[in-house]
Amino acid sequence: MSVTISSKGEVLYCSISGEIDHHTAAHLRKKIDDATETLMPSLLVLDFSGVTFMDSSGIGLVMGRYRNMSKLGGKVHIGNPTPTVYKLMTLSGIERIATIDPVENTESYR
Amino acid sequence: MKLKNKFSLSFPSRSANESFARGSVAAFVAQLDPTLEEINDIKTSVSEAVTNCIVHAYKNEVGQIYIYCDIADDNTVRIKIRDKGCGIENIKQAMEPLFTTIGGERAGLGFAVMQSFSDNLKVNSKPGKGTTVTIFKKIMPRYTVNGKQ
Ligand SMILES: Nc1ncnc2c1ncn2[C@@H]1O[C@H](COP(=O)(O)OP(=O)(O)OP(=O)(O)O)[C@@H](O)[C@H]1O
Ligand SMILES: [Mg+2]
Repeated sequence: MSVTISSKGEVLYCSISGEIDHHTAAHLRKKIDDATETLMPSLLVLDFSGVTFMDSSGIGLVMGRYRNMSKLGGKVHIGNPTPTVYKLMTLSGIERIATIDPVENTESYR
Repeated sequence: MKLKNKFSLSFPSRSANESFARGSVAAFVAQLDPTLEEINDIKTSVSEAVTNCIVHAYKNEVGQIYIYCDIADDNTVRIKIRDKGCGIENIKQAMEPLFTTIGGERAGLGFAVMQSFSDNLKVNSKPGKGTTVTIFKKIMPRYTVNGKQ
């Protein structure tokens, strides 16, 4: 599991790859939160296109980032989840707090 | 129902073993030629149950987690995930979506995910003794010729 972080203007772009579970989420959380604190973006994009497995720890990760971004008055977008990840996202109702974008849209943020 | 095959496994409740546990069950189930979706449903459910043992059952300690898995004649996979941890006071409440006893980064969705990703889910628990979660998932035959596999 790894995360590549870049920023452009008000947008913080985090490209996650590998498996998200309770074990790996701690590291992801720290990386994303450190960058969020430093850059204070108005939009956090979590690119899920490289995520090959995720359990409810991934949902917790998005919920936690949503809470942080809300405090900054910003938003969270989820980019291009694979079908397996999308199935879990739909079940969790995460779309109520974060917009799910196809990758063509999120690419333009980079 | 006759059993076709089975295995068991036990390991300490360290978070690094979450991927080992779901990967082991997935590798065992692979003999049934499951679809990608079926295998992912199983991996996700196992990951939820094992994570619960680590973060809830053995909250302040490292304990042992036991997995027993078998395959019945009709290709139903049964996976039992057991801990000897703190147990659950109110199982019905624990299984409600969004219910969690640890706030912050836990969504309270583990049981809801296991329920929706499996065919049947059983939870047995005794406070102070531990918890057993049993997941059932039937793997559908991939190829049929004249109604036979
Ligand atoms: N093996 C266990 N031993 C003791 N308590 C458990 C166990 N499994 C679950 N629980 C209790 O049931 C509650 C609900 O579990 P569930 O997996 O649905 O949500 P969660 O683990 O809190 O959050 P999430 O799974 O979304 O990260 C937990 O908060 C915990 O109190
Ligand atoms: Mg859980």
